[in-house]
This record gives sequence, C-alpha cells and structure tokens, in this order.
Amino acid sequence: MKPLWFKAATATNPGLLVRLGAIGAVMLSVTGAFAYTGGWLSPERLTQDRMMAAFRDANGTHVGFRRNHAKGVCVTGWFESSGQAAAISKAAVFKTGHVPVVGRFALAGGTPFQPDAPNTVRSIALRFLPPGGEEWRTGMNNIPVFPVNSARGFYEQLLAFSPDPATGKPDPAKIKAFLAAHPETARALALIKKRQITSGFADSSFNGLNAFRFVDAAGASLPVRWSVVPVQPVAADAAEQPEAGDENYLFDDLIAQIAQHPRQWRLIVTIGQAGDSTDDATQPWPEGRQQIGAGTVTIDQASSEDSGRCTAINYDPLVLPAGIEPSDDPLLSARSAAYARSFTLRAEEKHEKPPSAVTPEQVQVGGKS
Amino acid sequence: MTAQPRFPAASRLLHWLMAPMIIAMLFIGVGMAASVSRHYDLLVSIHRPLGIAILGLCVARIVNRFINPPPDLPDTVPSLQRFAAKASHIALYALILVMPLVGWGMLSAARYPIVLYGPVQLPPILPHDLTLYAWLRDLHSVLAYLLFATFLAHFGAALYHGLIRRDGVFGSMASWKSMQFARTNRALIQNSTQTPEP
Repeated sequence: MKPLWFKAATATNPGLLVRLGAIGAVMLSVTGAFAYTGGWLSPERLTQDRMMAAFRDANGTHVGFRRNHAKGVCVTGWFESSGQAAAISKAAVFKTGHVPVVGRFALAGGTPFQPDAPNTVRSIALRFLPPGGEEWRTGMNNIPVFPVNSARGFYEQLLAFSPDPATGKPDPAKIKAFLAAHPETARALALIKKRQITSGFADSSFNGLNAFRFVDAAGASLPVRWSVVPVQPVAADAAEQPEAGDENYLFDDLIAQIAQHPRQWRLIVTIGQAGDSTDDATQPWPEGRQQIGAGTVTIDQASSEDSGRCTAINYDPLVLPAGIEPSDDPLLSARSAAYARSFTLRAEEKHEKPPSAVTPEQVQVGGKS
Repeated sequence: MTAQPRFPAASRLLHWLMAPMIIAMLFIGVGMAASVSRHYDLLVSIHRPLGIAILGLCVARIVNRFINPPPDLPDTVPSLQRFAAKASHIALYALILVMPLVGWGMLSAARYPIVLYGPVQLPPILPHDLTLYAWLRDLHSVLAYLLFATFLAHFGAALYHGLIRRDGVFGSMASWKSMQFARTNRALIQNSTQTPEP
C-alpha cells in the first residue's frame, strides 16, 4: 500500500512521475558512466584484464608466476655511484656513494619452465635502495630496441605469436599480417636479430629501451636512455647446444659465476638530442650520443626466486625517485599498469605456486641442476 | 516546505569539499584499474595524494560531527527511512575512512613507495607480505564498489528528498542561499508556533 503522502503528492502533483523518472535517469547515467570508465561497456578497449588474458592465451596458465619474464633468479649486490650523473639528475641514487641493490635476472616470455636458449631475450631488473627511501626500479633487456611502441602493438604481437591450438606453433599467416600492420616492429625485429648474443647473463649488456627524463636540481630536464654494460670480458655464445638435460644452463652458469666472484656492470646513461625519439621504443638513438658513466653495479649473491628478495617486488618502471621522470613514451604507463596487474594476480595465487625452475637447493649446490 | 534547520556551515563546507573528491576518486580508481593507456601513470599519481587528503578530511569531518551535530530529520520521515538514512551515513563515514587506510596498507604490504608528490612520501604501515597485499588489494576493490553503491543510494535519497518529498532535507545540506533560507525558516517557525489570532 502506498503511503498517504504519496497519494497526496500524486493527486496534487501531476509532475511527480516526471520527477521520479528524472531521479532514475540521473542514477542510471552515473552508474553508466562508472561502468564505462571501468571498461565494462567497451569490449574493444584494451584493459589490464584483456592484456592478462592475452598472456594466458599465449603462454597458458602458470599460477603464482610473473605473466612475463616468468623464469628468473633473485640477486643482490650494490651500486657504487661515480657521482657523474648527479650533474643532470638530482636523484639521491646518483650522488657519489654506495647504494644497496636487489635484482632479478630472467628470460623473456610467460613460461616459467622454458628451457634456456641462446636466442631468448635476457633481462635484468634492478631495485636501487638509496638512504632516504626514494627508490628507483628499472628493467632492462639484452636487445637494442623494443619490438613494439604501444600497448596495442604489444597485445597484438602477443596474440600473433601465440601458438595455434591445432599445430602448437605460431601461425605464419597471423605473424605476416601483424608485421604488415606494424612496420615499426618489422624494423625493430631486424635490429634485434642482428644483436650480439653472448655466452650468458654475466657478459650480456642490458638496455632500458624506454626513454626517461633526468631532472637536475635547477629543474632542467634532459631525455635519457640507460644501459648496463658488463665489466667482465664478453664471450660470444658457444653456438653449440648445452648438455642435454641442462635446461637451466644460463641460470646455472650465472649462479656459479657469481659464487666464484662478484660480477659487475657499468651503468651508462645516454643523453638524447633534439629529434631523438622519446616516445617510440622501437627506434634506436643515433651512435655518438653523449654518454655518462653513472657508476658500477656489483652483483655478489644469487638466490632462487622461491627464497629470494626479488619475488615479492614488482619491478614497476615508474617507481622513480625525484630526479628521474617518465618520458612521453606510452609504453611506460602500459608496462606499469600490466606489471601491477600481473603482480596482483601472482600475489593472489601465491599459495598455489609450484616451485620455480631454479630452486633454493640448486642455488645452494652452485647452480648445477 | 517545512522548517528544516540547515547543517552547520563547517559541515556543509566539508561535505561539498569532499563530495567531488570522493566521486573523482571512485572514477579515477575504476578507470586506472582497467587502463593500460598513457593516462594510467597520471591517474595513479592523482589517486594516492587525493586518497590521503580524503583520509585527513574524513578525520576532520568526524571531529566536526561531534562539535556540530547534524540536524534531526523532519518528523514526517517514516521510521524505516530514518533507519536507512542513519545506516547509510554510518556506512559512508566508515568506507570513506577505511578506503584510504586499505590503500595505504596495501601499497605498504607490496613495498611500493607511497609517493604523494615528488620527494614527499609516506612510510609503510604494514609489513612486506605478498599474501597480505593480495587480500588488501581485493578488499580495496570490494569496498570501492560498496562505496559507489552507498554513494548512489545517498545521492538518490537526496534527490528524492529534494524533488519528491520536498521536506527541506535536501536544502539543509544543498542550499547556499543562507539569508533567504534563514528568513524562510524563521517565518515558518513563527507561523507554526504562533497561536492563530482570534
């Protein structure tokens, strides 16, 4: 039964239904706007969930592991800053001195048990922990440029190179169509193919690929890209197959080498000039750009992901101290967002995660599985 | 319109300062959790300091509520609606207070730096623990949807008072015409209390 006031209002107020309708319309509009913002009304929009679904399609489900660069080991060490980058960045990490580092070596791809292979892209992630708590996190790969220059490009590449369920191999027609639509990727892949492949992680150079901006104490900013270059001598890849059964030979070698004596990389900051692309990671910067030796990264300890200090860390490329700022490269936001979602998923799955390919026991015996 | 006293000025100021902030937070939050676009970084870097600002204002608002109690609802409001109003206000206060704390806590448990602006950071408030992070991250989403639903109910009820019941409840928070409002109120109070002339 309707309350009295309602009857009275209807009787005296023919506009009541209109006003009720208006309230309903306002409620619906606000809800619709919220749903639209959350991506629920736009199946074509590339969201974090859809990016994660593409990783699942490409690699299968591997609970508890990072959705990309899934196979890795934790390392620790320190960064000895030369003080030379302090002139162009006010970040505390670049003042002359000693900064603890927690890192991770990994292989690109979302499969945590893939056998190590020379051509697989290798990566290093570093977390610099200067006094004062202003952290810097960065990930670098042993390739000269990134294969794509947008989140959409990354997504389409992931799907184009996914194994066909029927054959278990990527469909060449799909790859061809993808490369035709993304000439920047075709150009980048040609550069990536030409790179020098070294014998292992310890003698690989790793490049930050995305541009950032260094900001000095006066507020002046410069476009930069950074790399780490091995101090230890570089040996070409042996070009012979590793011993049968040694599926972790790259990681085993690294663990054995670090156990022997610490391994070092120089942190090189390259300063871009006007006209150098900062928003397109598929484009290399010309040779001969000014470079600064910011210091040396020393890695003296390795541990399995299952016990190491890198596991509960998201190497989000946008965890930056004041003095390092993102460039206009759209991949930075895309990486940050996708890493965050991958981190949340594996945190949720932590209790179900199987042991990593490189276990604490293997690290203990010196890296030989 | 019946004589419905207005909320004290401090309460109205806090309400209207926080309303756009909270609505912006809900939209930024749901947007950034879906986004891989170039806006993601900007959204996250607004979300953190805005959340902490809301936390500070929410504490101020709770203190203010004790100093300046809200006016009672008019007697014409049925008891079930009174209960709904009370419950939804408690839910709003609780969610607005807890959401930033859960956000701060989840970033702490993940050991993300809690950057407000430039070098200004907050310390972690919880231990570094992936499972704790996962739990708080999920809670943050669930509470955000609850807060959105409670906001909708609050907004809908306000419009219902303003457009349907027209009982002065909407104006007690929304009216800016203080002098006119006060005059109307005074006149109404006088009319209702004075005995009719013989």
